[in-house]
Amino acid sequence: MTSDDARRAAVRQAVSVSVATGLYGVSFGALGVAAGLTIPQTVALSLLMFSGGSQFAFVGVVAGGGAAGAAIATAGLLGVRNALYGPLVTPILRVGARLRPVAAQLTIDESTAVGTAQRDRDAGRVGFWWTGVGVYVLWNAFSFAGALVGDALGDPRRYGLDAAAAAAFLGLVWPRVTGPGKGLAQLVALGAVLVALASTPFVPAGVPVLLAALVAIVAGLVTRPPATEPPPPLLAPDHLLAPDGPSGGAPEATP
Amino acid sequence: MSPGLTWFAILAASAVVFALKLVGHLLPEHWLAQPRVARIAALVTVALLSALVAVQAATAGRSLVADARLPALVVAAVALALRAPFIVVVVLAAVTAAVLRALGMP
Repeated sequence: MTSDDARRAAVRQAVSVSVATGLYGVSFGALGVAAGLTIPQTVALSLLMFSGGSQFAFVGVVAGGGAAGAAIATAGLLGVRNALYGPLVTPILRVGARLRPVAAQLTIDESTAVGTAQRDRDAGRVGFWWTGVGVYVLWNAFSFAGALVGDALGDPRRYGLDAAAAAAFLGLVWPRVTGPGKGLAQLVALGAVLVALASTPFVPAGVPVLLAALVAIVAGLVTRPPATEPPPPLLAPDHLLAPDGPSGGAPEATP
Repeated sequence: MSPGLTWFAILAASAVVFALKLVGHLLPEHWLAQPRVARIAALVTVALLSALVAVQAATAGRSLVADARLPALVVAAVALALRAPFIVVVVLAAVTAAVLRALGMP
């Protein structure tokens, strides 16, 4: 494969990932409004936060009546993995100080996955930027469209939007707890569910989710990765980067 | 939350998430490349998302409740197991809950 071919392949991958990811911005927009946010607030989350997992978590805590502190903490904790993507993409990008904030804002699951999956640095850079910009544009456009739809629908329960929010979180966690070598992730998921449900009657809304994060920290500290089992992937890009793009594949990592 | 407090929370949470992204670009690589750090970060993501599934599907305020959201979640899980795209999973769950409620389930 020539370097031109590699760059073209990176662009193709970036476009298909951007379209697939952008489309589910519709569900974020609708759920944001259903959670009680206004259309500008929902759109602001996509423009400024631009990290799907954190955005869904933020509106989930708000919808449950959680306090501002709990919403900020949950969104922030889910954003921690973005910090770990930096060291993966900086050697590929090598941007100057001026572009660094832009590259940082676009450092999300999808751009990291596409950028780091390419065979050379040049194609990796093309893949990162095309995916980052593509997802940013489409995610925001579709978030806005979803917010308009959600606003027009009215009572969110009548249309099952509360159930849709639960399904969205399930879709986000699914690739991380299925497949080979995910035993510990499944145990942590089960522990988190039990802690969240058991603590719900006793602590303010939003706090059960934060308590559940402690399960993961304890599990990570007391266990060692077995030599035969790969660590749970920070990214879950297996299907995302299938040669024919993500269409028909499992839902993937969040923007 | 009041509108003002909601805006504050949106801006503060967005600033936190952006700061985390930027830190990854600025810190020396070996600080964040520790296997244990990556491992815990991956597990925290799993725990938070799993807890959000449970809270979103089976609680209302401080009560545990079983309503149309639970069968909708089962439908979503089946769709995911069949490798349906994210947007299809979400729509199927919404339709399931909406139909069950129209039939009288809480």
